Amino acid sequence: MYRYDEYDRHFVHQRAAQFRDQLERHLAGQLPDDDFRALRLQNGWYVQRHAPMARIAVPYGELSSRQLRALARIARDFDGRDGGPYEGRGGGFGHFTTRQNCQFNWIALADAADVMDILADVDMHGIQTSGNCIRNITSDCFAGVAADEIVDPRPYCEILRQWSTLHPEFAFLPRKFKIAVSGSVEDRAATAWHDIGLVLRKNDAGEIGFEVRVGGGMGRTPIIGTVVRDFLPWQEILVFIEAIVRVYNRYGRRDNLYKSRIKILVKAEGQKFIDSVEAEFANILSKDLDGSAHLLTDGERDRIAACFELPEGVAPIVVGNDPKTRLANAAATARKQASGAAASIPAAYTRWLERNVHSHKLAGYRAVTLSLKRAGQPPGDASADQMDRAADLADRFSASELRVSHDQNLVLPWVRASDLPALWQAAREAGFATPNIGYLTDMIACPGGDLCALANARSIPIAAAITECFDDLDELHDIGDIDLHISGCINSCGHHHSGHIGILGVDKDGQEWYQVSLGGADGSTLSGPSTTGKVIGPSFAAEEVPDVIEAVIDTYRAERENGDERFIATLRRVGIEPFKVAAHAVRRATAVHA
Amino acid sequence: MSAPSPLRSMQLAGCATHPIRFVDGDAPVDFTLANDADVESIAADLAGYRSIALVFPKWADGRAYSQARLLRARYRFAGEIRATGEVLVDMMPLLARTGFDAVALRADQSKEFAERALSFFADGHYQGDLIEPLPRFRRGGEASA
Repeated sequence: MYRYDEYDRHFVHQRAAQFRDQLERHLAGQLPDDDFRALRLQNGWYVQRHAPMARIAVPYGELSSRQLRALARIARDFDGRDGGPYEGRGGGFGHFTTRQNCQFNWIALADAADVMDILADVDMHGIQTSGNCIRNITSDCFAGVAADEIVDPRPYCEILRQWSTLHPEFAFLPRKFKIAVSGSVEDRAATAWHDIGLVLRKNDAGEIGFEVRVGGGMGRTPIIGTVVRDFLPWQEILVFIEAIVRVYNRYGRRDNLYKSRIKILVKAEGQKFIDSVEAEFANILSKDLDGSAHLLTDGERDRIAACFELPEGVAPIVVGNDPKTRLANAAATARKQASGAAASIPAAYTRWLERNVHSHKLAGYRAVTLSLKRAGQPPGDASADQMDRAADLADRFSASELRVSHDQNLVLPWVRASDLPALWQAAREAGFATPNIGYLTDMIACPGGDLCALANARSIPIAAAITECFDDLDELHDIGDIDLHISGCINSCGHHHSGHIGILGVDKDGQEWYQVSLGGADGSTLSGPSTTGKVIGPSFAAEEVPDVIEAVIDTYRAERENGDERFIATLRRVGIEPFKVAAHAVRRATAVHA
Repeated sequence: MSAPSPLRSMQLAGCATHPIRFVDGDAPVDFTLANDADVESIAADLAGYRSIALVFPKWADGRAYSQARLLRARYRFAGEIRATGEVLVDMMPLLARTGFDAVALRADQSKEFAERALSFFADGHYQGDLIEPLPRFRRGGEASA
């Protein structure tokens, strides 16, 4: 992973010092709320329903065990800490988000500067995790290890991170601005749903470039990003993004919060927007003083890329000459070791291998997902102890490296196939081995109305009720791959628009209701091209939601062909109607509306 | 045009001192460019101005940063660029880095805090700006390539 040098380290410490200065002025009454808000937001500090929320950046999802232990320490020592204002409020947890960040919900604002110092000591920060600026760059959680990778996106993500960090012209845009980068055949970063979605490609000459999409986004007006360049040479990426963001800063709407994202500008202007970007791009290079200074050089790309070479101790493991034999041998060894551990192991272990273990570009290695989706805990949550245990697993099995996934799980990217049985045992003991990756209970959910000031309804109890309802692994296995996404409000942090099943919390007359949509897609191979789900009718009451999901799933099982057709494929084939009818049939409280 | 290029004065000063001048809110200025106006619309007139005021109607409205940057880097405007409107001390680093060289602070703001706001990040930033046009990767030192 990227290694901070002295400059980087000094930089985040300077940022922590600057924030401490601002916070102290605020606490001393010299910086009023209105003036402090944007400053704290650009350091990741919200003021939420009950308490501040801190959002810590995990750039493109890469995390060292040392950094994860620092997050555990913050959860333990600061989140709802003893003697603090939020003692006894259920602190001690971190929450991993779809944007690969880590959030804390019960830290006192007075402790904020100390927290940022601790983070700076492990090369972490909350820079631009909120506010109307360029946010944390997100990517594929399997970047650099995916078997289907065309170009490793991490060096480009890091270059973009550095360029966007404290960019002086783009700190106060009309609205937030999110960039995602993918470099694989499979898009695991939902790039089309971002303000800028970048997909790395190689052309026929073997040169590297980006497909550039602009203007994707969820919220009130879900829109899929428009491709503005099929193949932008990688050297030009910073200048091209500068052109996009400048056009947006100048012409994006600022009169209406709900129309201020770049997607609205792109939609309203169409080709004119693209022409403006191209003209701006040309002007920077041809007219501006030092306009070409931000064209990337081979030297810089190579300097950054050197950080992303294989971690120490990681090298391809060659067993025999034929790749097929190698894989078979590794699998056989794994099975032998597993069956030696306990007689009952193989079935559960096999299921874990199927769901939580992923192919790897390096012979003899696997990537392993540590599931943060289990009964009794909100999706994406981890306690201080759990974070420490995950860090231990990373030290023991994955070159001390982890990833945060878009689906709100943790990933160990560098696991030797021969270590899988031992890892499975250890992950099971630590509660990370639920073999449900990609299943219904591996859902995406925002923190919702329990914690978030924006939410119209709670997400966590809905997620818990569904998890409880579908606790049978055989049943989950039978249902198969499905994306369930839950948002507590139209801001769509839980990505309900892109779920095969989407649940959206809405507020009517001060009560919580839930809108259900079907057929959304995040752009993965399974889901098909990115698209927004269709709402199946009036909202449901909270207690009806699990029954609705059950009815939808039962319909799928009755309608599917050959026993192995996926949910999304069945839905597309038979259409939304039978699902709608089944869902409406379980209405009780809302029967009168139907 | 009598005013020296702010770019040059900053480079000569080696960034040790910033060249931002504090002015009163009602100090005269040759031209005020509206926050939603195109810099391109006054390109032909720039030679006639010694000073241009850009406006922050709200401090979190960042359009004037792009206007300033365009005036300096694209149109080579070497006169004074003044920040007016709701100008807060914590905007100082952004103002300096996008080409402003004069500020009319909001009445309740402290010059001392404004100076202090400029004291952080003495080693500069990753991307190029109007103080240091080259990004870190094109500057001298260990990161040069």
